[in-house]
Amino acid sequence: MDTFIQQIVNGLVLGSIYALVALGYTMVYGILGLINFAHGEVVMVGALTALSIVKALSGSGLPGPVIALLGLMGAIPVCMALGFTIERVAYRPLRNAPRLAPLITAIGVSIVLQQVMMLGWGSTYLSFPALFSETPHSLMGAHINDLQIMIVCVAGATMAGLILLVQKTRIGRAMRAAAENPAMASLMGVNVDRIISFTFVVGSALAAVAGLMVSANYSIAHYSMGFMLGLKAFTAAVLGGIGNLAGAMLGGVLLGLIESLGSGYISDLTGGVLGSNYRDVFAFFVLILVLVLRPSGLMGEQVSERA
Amino acid sequence: MAREASVSEVLLDARGIAKSFGGVQALRDVSLTIGRGEIYGLIGPNGAGKTTFFNVLTGLYSADSGEVQFDGARLDIGLPHLVTRQGIARTFQNIRLFANMSALENVMVGRHLRSHASVIGAVLRNRATRREEADIVDRAHRLLRYVGVDARANDLARHLSYGDQRRLEIARALATEPKLLALDEPAAGMNATETASLRQLVESIRADGVTVLLIEHDVKLVMGLCDRVAVLDYGEKIAEDVPDRVQRDPKVVEAYLGGALA
Repeated sequence: MDTFIQQIVNGLVLGSIYALVALGYTMVYGILGLINFAHGEVVMVGALTALSIVKALSGSGLPGPVIALLGLMGAIPVCMALGFTIERVAYRPLRNAPRLAPLITAIGVSIVLQQVMMLGWGSTYLSFPALFSETPHSLMGAHINDLQIMIVCVAGATMAGLILLVQKTRIGRAMRAAAENPAMASLMGVNVDRIISFTFVVGSALAAVAGLMVSANYSIAHYSMGFMLGLKAFTAAVLGGIGNLAGAMLGGVLLGLIESLGSGYISDLTGGVLGSNYRDVFAFFVLILVLVLRPSGLMGEQVSERA
Repeated sequence: MAREASVSEVLLDARGIAKSFGGVQALRDVSLTIGRGEIYGLIGPNGAGKTTFFNVLTGLYSADSGEVQFDGARLDIGLPHLVTRQGIARTFQNIRLFANMSALENVMVGRHLRSHASVIGAVLRNRATRREEADIVDRAHRLLRYVGVDARANDLARHLSYGDQRRLEIARALATEPKLLALDEPAAGMNATETASLRQLVESIRADGVTVLLIEHDVKLVMGLCDRVAVLDYGEKIAEDVPDRVQRDPKVVEAYLGGALA
């Protein structure tokens, strides 16, 4: 039972991170119908930027949480600028091109970003300094540390903020209108290009938050860390119903739980043949199941043709 | 009814608009002027180019040649959000609402142009932003009441009845504070009662100072409602006059009934 609750805790932490990244995929898809496969790399850039700031400040005597916050403050604008640039350079010129074209530039951007970051940060695994007290708290027989509590709380607050932004503000309304019918939104005076830029910028800010979280959680950062994380978050977005914000959040948390529970019990279930190093399999198993059984995702609606 | 149109002040002046799609000349050299405060009808047989002309006016298509002066300035043809800013709003023959947003939100999107709250304001929720948001909600409710669908304000647009969707689309267009409201076949699919109340609505919109351009198949509605009517046939304007005279114009009769009967 203890293991079960522990895996739930771990799954929630992991799921919060997936959810933040999945939101970036789903927001862009909702408005452009495009899978931004470079999004995982934005998370990686956020992580490495935060890492450099954190390392530079780690000898300064500032308390860990303050350093983490400063790392975040540095990573967010960097990622926002990156997201903005990616859209301008790689997607906007191909707005009316066949669907395959932006997909290919997305992969291109992804490779370029990985290589550039490798040149700057090296190809070795970089350790992320511990910023929070590692003393675990006991929670119903499971352990949870300060960092994990922070991750869940910050992710929750960020997502609540995003929902308010999208549902309750003028620009959020414009985003939803542009997602439903860009031509019509334009006729209402909405500058759709600006809304698209804004969407990329917001998604990238979430990616920066997730980047810091994931590298702090695993105490590691690496130039290629965005690839697998990006694929899993994409899976989470598809699981929830791509294009649907609440779906991305649900999909992220569910995927975190599935992966955590799966890797926790796989050894027992297979009599020790498969170990927890098979954890990555679960995400893709889920992806296949969703695509076969419910391609529109848990909360996705049947996509209707646009008038 | 046949009051002589006094085009004292020109609101819209389209000159030599031409538009072709591949080999099909949808509009050839169409010129017309709409006076401020008029209800101006645009009729013609199917495929005559009415909707194409509409789409050029509202920025959805760019014209091959010609230009439009609107309210003393050149219209930015081909740039929808700028055309709306200049004061032209429209509805569609096949209703195009934001189906998954509430009726109220549809109208609120229409206020986008005339509101300013920035991202910063949205984050800080400062007093100016909150006041503006409250004002948007308030105006949206008033517009819904004006067209008579306020009772359905919080329902998703796609759950509204057909007639209500048409009215909602008009409310959304009015939310942009247009000088010219362009209605593309607003009575299509309406029954006699709905058409009668639509007619009242259009008249009150004009009474409130908005010029109306109307494309309509229902000739009776057009003739009863419009101050002046232009007739398009095969992409050309074949008549433009007060309804009474247009109805008696032999070219118009021929276009509608076919050469055999003329």
